[in-house]
Amino acid sequence: MKLPIFLDNHSTTPMDPRVLESMLPYFVEKFGNAASRNHAFGWAAEEAVEQARKQIAKLIKADSKEIVFTSGATESDNLALKGVLEMYKEKGTHIITSSTEHRAVLDTAKSLEAKGLATATYLPVDKYGMVNPQDVEAAITDKTILISVMLANNEIGTINPIQEIGKIAKAKGILFHCDATQGVGKIPVDVQAMGIDLMSFSAHKIYGPKGVGALYVRKRNPRVRIAAQMDGGGHERGMRSGTLPVPLIVGFGKACELCEQEMATESARLSKMRDRLQTDITAALEESYLNGHPTNRLPGNLNISFAYVEGESLLMGMKDIALSSGSACTSATLEPSYVLRALGVGTELAHSSIRFGLGRFNTDEEIDYTIKKVIEIVTKLREMSPLYEMAKEGVDLKSVQWAAH
Amino acid sequence: MAYSDKVVDHFNNPRNMGSFKKDEEGVGTGMVGAPECGDVMKLQIKVQEDTIVDAKFKTFGCGSAIASSSLATEWLKGKTIEEAQKIKNTDIVQELNLPPVKIHCSVLAEDAIKAALTDYQKKTDARPVDTK
Repeated sequence: MKLPIFLDNHSTTPMDPRVLESMLPYFVEKFGNAASRNHAFGWAAEEAVEQARKQIAKLIKADSKEIVFTSGATESDNLALKGVLEMYKEKGTHIITSSTEHRAVLDTAKSLEAKGLATATYLPVDKYGMVNPQDVEAAITDKTILISVMLANNEIGTINPIQEIGKIAKAKGILFHCDATQGVGKIPVDVQAMGIDLMSFSAHKIYGPKGVGALYVRKRNPRVRIAAQMDGGGHERGMRSGTLPVPLIVGFGKACELCEQEMATESARLSKMRDRLQTDITAALEESYLNGHPTNRLPGNLNISFAYVEGESLLMGMKDIALSSGSACTSATLEPSYVLRALGVGTELAHSSIRFGLGRFNTDEEIDYTIKKVIEIVTKLREMSPLYEMAKEGVDLKSVQWAAH
Repeated sequence: MAYSDKVVDHFNNPRNMGSFKKDEEGVGTGMVGAPECGDVMKLQIKVQEDTIVDAKFKTFGCGSAIASSSLATEWLKGKTIEEAQKIKNTDIVQELNLPPVKIHCSVLAEDAIKAALTDYQKKTDARPVDTK
């Protein structure tokens, strides 16, 4: 077993060597511009791009003409929200989204609000992090033009009832965007069955290269139109100008193909490893609490709060395991995770949370090592924690008058 | 974020981690911070004839908070009450090479020292005068 261990597969994933292999010919040998229509170099590039488009579309049950390439999911989210709001501004200016969305959606909505181009409703979630479809329906006004709800959350892995939300959107004639960055390639996605009109996702979360993503834009029932946010040569049917990064797109296609072929076995393998990680850790450590939905979540996700110890110190104590925490000290804003806060997790437990993100290249041996390390460090830090000492003495920590600083 | 070697050392080998009984004679206890803010420090001193003969800490917080309080106990030992009053958070920042985002950890450690000294003074002043 090699150290350090990578257990942060929600942030990014290592590229699959099979993906790299598919990309290599498109750097030096087949370097053409896919938009060059008049020579063999361009044709070879275009053919490769169209092949990738098919592989990607197949994974999400779409038509290849509905795939618009972007630089990643952040750009896709921006293009979806800004593109729809600009295109349909005469029809409506109200967006419905949820409070646990990725910041690429939340900050885009806020930016549209700040510019006076939209008003937004940020729906609460239940204690598992799920959006209630009835809340979506109740938030709809005659000005609502777009609903944007994520498929699976990046911190807690909770999967939203997308199909039900899609049905509501369709019945009301409102466009439905889904940020599916964490879900595509991990769980089955069917844009038809789910009633999705626009969907963002990217390659690097599914063992493909960084720097490429896609926005699915529905072509039929209804035909969705978006205003381009990047002007130029009119690539991607005018929706996103810019020369296509052919090697990245080829890798994206291959990554989707591999996910499609291996999803059933891989999700079973990951769930089993994740469940073992959860069972063994929580059995050994009292007052460790699962964040997110107990069953309806991504196969590789586990998010636990360890009461009385702080997240950054946990990460520091497990330097040979790459993990992430919802603690304020690990964020740029010095605020604990807004996702955990939206679930109603207390601030002190949000500070104590660790996210485990399992992926394709993790092994049972690595999980064994992680279990051992987590138990070791939590025990050590609890011995060091004045809060644990007080709790053991029977002091109710909520009754203490703390001096907030 | 990369931690300085000294922070890592204090984190891995904390000095004087533990507790004295709060009501033990000569013990002053300072508890500062709040769980919602992500750090709570408990710092205790044991004083004999105006000199701090022992110190202990327990900290809930990030690595820098743990290191700051561990270092504080090291510095407190052997100092008189008056000398201990002079320990400044900036000394801790310098010694541990703390980045700007972690300066509040050193401030908390200074507050904990002050709180422990105040608690000791209060307990000493309140002690009934020996009339025998």
